Amino acid sequence: MENYENISMEVNGKAYSIEVDIRESLLEVLRNRLQFTGVKQGCSVGECGACTVLIDGLPVDSCIYLAVWADGKKITTIEGVSKDGELSKVQQAFVDEGAVQCGFCTPGLVLTATSLTDSGREYSDEEIKREISGHLCRCTGYNKIFNAVKKVLDDKQH
Amino acid sequence: MAFDVVGKRTVRKDAVAKVTGRAKYADDFFERDMLVGKVLRSPYAHAIVKNIDTSAAKALPGVEAVITHEDLPRLKYATAGHPWSLDPNHRDVADRLMLTDKARFVGDGIAAVVAVDTLTAEKALKLIKVEYEVLPFVLDPEKAIEPGAPVIHEERPDNVLGASNEEIGDIKEDFSKADRIFEGIYETSIVQHCHLEIQTAYAYVDSDSRIVIVSSTQIPHIARRIVGQALGIPWGNIRVIKPYLGGGFGNKQDVIVEPLTAAMSLAVKGRPVRYALTREECFIDTRTRHAMKFYMKTAVTKEGKMLSLHMRPVSNNGAYASHGHTIVMSAGGKFRLLYDFNSIKYEPKTVYTNLPSAGAMRAYGCPQIFFALESHIEDITREMKMDPIEFRKQNLISVGKMDPHSEIVVRTFGLPECIEKGKQLIKWDEKLKKYKEQKGTKRRGLGMACFSYASGTYPHGFEIAGVRIIMNQDGSVQLQVGATEIGQGSDTVLSQIAAEVLGLPYDMVHIVSQQDTDITPFDLGAYASRQTFVSGAAVKKAAEEAKGKALEIAARRTGLSIDALDIKSARIIEKKSGNEICTLEDIAMESYYDLVNAAPIDGNASVNMRTNAMAYGVTFAEVEVDMETGRIEVVEIYNVHDSGVIINPLLAEGQVHGGVSMSLGYALSEQMLFDPGTGRPLNNNFLDYKLQTIMDTPEIGSAFVQIPEPEGSVGQKSLGENTTISPAPAVRNAVLNATGIAINKLPMTPQKVFEEIKKAGLL
Amino acid sequence: MFDIVNIEKPDSLETALKMLSHNPDLKIIAGGTDLLIKMHNGTLENAALLSLRKIPGMDEIRCLDDGTITIGAMATFAGIFRSSIINEHLPVLSEAAVSVGGPQIRNAATIGGNICNGAVSADSAATLLAYDAELRILGTEGARTVPIREFYAGPGKVNLKPAEILTHVVIHKTGYSNTSGCYIKYSNRKAMDIAMLGVSVVCKAEEGRFSDVRIALGVAAPVPIRCGEAEDYAKGKEISYETMKEIGIYAVKASKARDSWRASKAYREHLIEILVFRALKEAVIRGGGVHIGEL
Repeated sequence: MENYENISMEVNGKAYSIEVDIRESLLEVLRNRLQFTGVKQGCSVGECGACTVLIDGLPVDSCIYLAVWADGKKITTIEGVSKDGELSKVQQAFVDEGAVQCGFCTPGLVLTATSLTDSGREYSDEEIKREISGHLCRCTGYNKIFNAVKKVLDDKQH
Repeated sequence: MAFDVVGKRTVRKDAVAKVTGRAKYADDFFERDMLVGKVLRSPYAHAIVKNIDTSAAKALPGVEAVITHEDLPRLKYATAGHPWSLDPNHRDVADRLMLTDKARFVGDGIAAVVAVDTLTAEKALKLIKVEYEVLPFVLDPEKAIEPGAPVIHEERPDNVLGASNEEIGDIKEDFSKADRIFEGIYETSIVQHCHLEIQTAYAYVDSDSRIVIVSSTQIPHIARRIVGQALGIPWGNIRVIKPYLGGGFGNKQDVIVEPLTAAMSLAVKGRPVRYALTREECFIDTRTRHAMKFYMKTAVTKEGKMLSLHMRPVSNNGAYASHGHTIVMSAGGKFRLLYDFNSIKYEPKTVYTNLPSAGAMRAYGCPQIFFALESHIEDITREMKMDPIEFRKQNLISVGKMDPHSEIVVRTFGLPECIEKGKQLIKWDEKLKKYKEQKGTKRRGLGMACFSYASGTYPHGFEIAGVRIIMNQDGSVQLQVGATEIGQGSDTVLSQIAAEVLGLPYDMVHIVSQQDTDITPFDLGAYASRQTFVSGAAVKKAAEEAKGKALEIAARRTGLSIDALDIKSARIIEKKSGNEICTLEDIAMESYYDLVNAAPIDGNASVNMRTNAMAYGVTFAEVEVDMETGRIEVVEIYNVHDSGVIINPLLAEGQVHGGVSMSLGYALSEQMLFDPGTGRPLNNNFLDYKLQTIMDTPEIGSAFVQIPEPEGSVGQKSLGENTTISPAPAVRNAVLNATGIAINKLPMTPQKVFEEIKKAGLL
Repeated sequence: MFDIVNIEKPDSLETALKMLSHNPDLKIIAGGTDLLIKMHNGTLENAALLSLRKIPGMDEIRCLDDGTITIGAMATFAGIFRSSIINEHLPVLSEAAVSVGGPQIRNAATIGGNICNGAVSADSAATLLAYDAELRILGTEGARTVPIREFYAGPGKVNLKPAEILTHVVIHKTGYSNTSGCYIKYSNRKAMDIAMLGVSVVCKAEEGRFSDVRIALGVAAPVPIRCGEAEDYAKGKEISYETMKEIGIYAVKASKARDSWRASKAYREHLIEILVFRALKEAVIRGGGVHIGEL
C-alpha cells in the first residue's frame, strides 16, 4: 500500500528533491522531514492559518495542501524570511509593535504580511484586515498585529 | 518611584525567536523512531465498558502496543494544577483514571494505541471492539441534582461535586430593612481557551531509567507530581520539560496528556511516543470554562445603597472534577472586595454532568460571576431609575476594606479613578444624551461593568516561587525562573525586574525560557495572574542577593562600605558622588578568577508569598444593534485597569487586547454546543466554534491607573486574567441601553437577540 | 496524513477522462480544501484521487468576443476576486469570491470544486444562479452544457456522472449586461465562516422600474435556489421601498429552511426577508438608481 513519489521543490531558495509519501501534507513534509518547524500545526483543516506558507508567493494553508502538489513550486517558510541574519521589515515591525505573544500564530502571520508587502498593491485598513483574516490569534486581540502590518505597508507606500 | 527598566516598553525577550520561527514548541522536537499515540474515545455520553477486544488492533502491522484500563495502575488521580497539599482535606478530587472503564462523556478515553504513524494508529482504533452498556445521561446540572438522575461517579451519588454556604453579616436582617428587593437569573455558556497550540507531549525513558516528558504545560513541577501519582511511581523518577508554549489560558494548568503519554512510552519499553491531540479532541477532552447559572437576590435602600446580596450559582462541571468547586469558590472570594455589602450569602453548587470536564480558564470563575453581578446591578439601576455609574460608585468599598474570610486587605484602590478615565475616553455623558431617543434600525448604546481580582491564590492556595541568578564574567546575568512563559510575557517582565534591581541594562539579563524540573527552581508555574506578583518577588530577592555579593567584592576592592555603593548601568558607582568606581565586569571577573576569593556571584531565592493584592478595573463599551437581524457590533471599547505599577506598557496593552477580545467572543459568539439527544459535541472545530477573527475585533482601548502596591516588589498587581472579566457584561449593558432589552444568557448571538427583540414586540 | 491509496495527476483533460473511465472509483480533487477535510474527519477513507492541478489552462478566465465569460473550473477564488474581467462584468461574483473562507483558502479553493461538492452553503452558488450561469461538462462522449439551476440534485449531490469533469462556468452577456447586484453573506463571523444565509441579487432597471430581478439563496433549502415568485412579482414594478420590502416577503416563499443548531427556521426566514430587501436596495444604489431613502 505504500506509495511514494519523488518531488522537486525549492524551499527558502534551496532546491530539494525528495521522496514523499502521497498521503503526506506539505505541512508534514516541511516539519517532519525537512525540520522547518516554524510551520505550525493548529487545526489540520485550514481554519486557523498557523501552518501558512507561501507557495509561489501566495499564502496557503500547508495542512490541506498535498505534498505531491508542491512538485515544481517555490515555497517560503518563516525560516526563509530573514536574510543574512537580519530581520525583515515585517519581522522587525512585529517585534517593535508588540504583535507577538505566545508566538504560535506569528510565523503564518509574518508570511501573509510578507506576501502583502511583496505584492506591490495598496491596501486600505479594511483590506489589510481582510487579507490577514485567515489567521486566528487568541492572545493579541489582533490590534498590534494590524498595527505592525499597517506600519510596514505604509512605509512601503510612502 | 523612579525606575530605569521597569515601566519601559522593552520588546519581548522571545520576540526574535518567535518571528523567525526559531522558537521551539513541544511538537518541534523529534526523537529517532518516535512513535505516535492515539486514543479511542467513547461515542456515548454515559456507558459502562463491558468488554474490550484489542486483538485485531494488536495484529495490525505497525501497531506497537494497545492499552486499556486493565493495563494501567488503577490509581485515581486529580488533574488540577494546584500545589500538592499536605492536608488531605485541602486536596483536589481524585476521580480520574488515564483510561476509563466507564465513559462519562462523549470522548472519554477508553483505549490507546501506539503505532508507527498516525494513520496506522487511527486504523487500529477502528479495530478495537468495545462492548458498552449504555446508560442514561444528563447534561443539565439542575437536572443532575434531581432525585433519580443518572449517577456519574459512584462516590457522589447526588452528582454534587461541591456545595458551600458562606455567610458574611446578617442577610435576614438586611433583607428585612430593605426598601427594594431585586431578583434575577443570569447564565453563561461553555466556552474554550482555544490556545493555538493544542495539548501535546512526548515521553521516553532515558538511560537512567527515568521518564522524560516534554510537554506543552503551564505547570511543569506540578505535572511531574501528578504523573507520579497517576502512574504510582516515585516523583524523582520523572522529568518534565516545558519548552516554548503556544498559549494556555488555564487549559494547560491541568495535567491532561502527560500521564497517558508516559504510560504509552512505558507500554513500548520506553521508546519515544508522541501524543498530540487533534483540534477536535482538544475541544472535548481537555478543559472548558464552567457554564454557570446564577440566582441573584439583592436588598437595596431607596437611596441606592446595596445592603445585602444572596447569590446562588450552579456550576456545570462536566464529567470529571479537575479544578471543580474551587473555581466558583475562588470567584466568590474575589467579588466580595468590590462593593460594600453589609452582608453576603454565597451558596454555590458544583455539579457533575455528562459533558467535557470544565477546569481553569483565564480569570477562574470571574467572567461568570461578574457577568451575573454587573448585569444584575445594571438591572437594579434601571428599575430604580438611577445613574448606573453613580449607583456603583456609592456602593464601592474603600481602602482598608478586609474580607473577613480570606482576611485580604485592600491596600490600593484605583477603581474610582479608572471609572472617571473610562467615562472620559468613551465620552459617556455626551453620547448618552445623543442616543436617548432612537427609533431606527441601527441603535447605539453605552454600557460599563466593573470587576475585582486577586494577584495569586493566597490564602486559599499556597504561593511559592523560585528563582536563580548567575552572573556571567561580563557582568550580565542568566536568569532562571520557575515561572513559565506561556505567551503572557512573564520572561520579559521578570527580566525587567531583575535588570532594575541589579542595575543592569535590560539586554544584560539573559532569561532561560525553558523549564526543566531537573534544573529549574521550584515554582508552581503560570496561573492566577501570579507571576509578576509572586515570582516577581522571588526575582527581586534573588537579584538583591546577587547584587549584595557584587557590592561586597566592590567594597573589598575599594575599602568603602557596601551601603556607600550601588550598581548603575552595569557599573559600580559611589552613591553619594555618582562616580564610577569600576565596571561590573571587573567585579564579575574577580568573582570568577581571584586566586584567593573566587566565588562566582549568584542569587537563589524561594519566596513563599503570604499576602495578596486586589486589582481592579472597568470596561466601557459602545455598541450598535441591528434591530432587524439582531447583530451586535462593538463600536468602541475601553478597559481601564488598576494593576499597580505597569512594568511593561507594551505588553500590558497586549494583555488587555487579548483579554478583551476573548471576552467579546464570550459575549457575542462563542459557545460549545452539544446534541441534547446524545450528548455529542456539535461544533468542536474552529469553523463551527466562533472564535473571533480580526474582522470581528474592534479597536480596543486600554488605560492604566498606576498606584504602587506596597506588597508588589516594584509596586505591581495582577493584570493578565483581569482583562477578560468585565467586557462581556459591559457589552450586555450597552445592548440594554441601546434597545431596552436585557439579555441574561451568553452568548448574545444574532439569533438570540432577534428572538428577544421579537419577544419585546420591537419587530 | 490523509487516507489516500492512490493519486493520479494527469496533464490533460483527455488523459483525465481516460483515467476516470478506467477507474470509476477515482475522486476528482481540485483545490482540496473540502475533500482533504473530509479525509481528516474520516468521512472519506481509502481515497483514490484524480488531481486536476497539473492540467494547464484550467484556471483561465476569459471574455469572448460576444461577451460570454468563461471561468475555468480550476480558477481559485482569489483569482476570481482579482480578475479584471470578473470585476468589470460580474462584480457580484467577485463579492461572493472574496467572502469564501480566508485568504489562504481562497488561494487554494476553486470555483469548480465549490460547485461540484454540492454544498448548499457554497458561496459561489447563489451568485452563479443569479447570473443564470451554465456549466460546461466534459465526458468521454463529448461536452454538454447544463444550466446551473439544473445541476444541484440534493444536499451534497450534483448532476455529474462518473467520468465527467466540470471544465468551465459560462455566463452569457444576457446574464450580466446592464445589471447591478449584491451578494450578502450572512454568517456569525465576518471571515473564516460558512454562510448562515447567502443572498445574491442581480437586477436590471428601466425607467424607475425593475425589468428583471434575479434572486438566489444559499442555505435556504436543501440546494441553492432561485426565488421564482419574488422575481415574477418584481418584474415591471416601480422601484420603491415598498416594492422591495414586498419582494423580500415573496422571497421567503421559495425557501425550505429548517431548524438546525446553526440557526432556526424562523430566524432564517426572517433573514431572507430582511436581507433580500437589503441586497436589492444595495443593488439599486450600485446601479445608480433612484434614491431609496433610509431603511
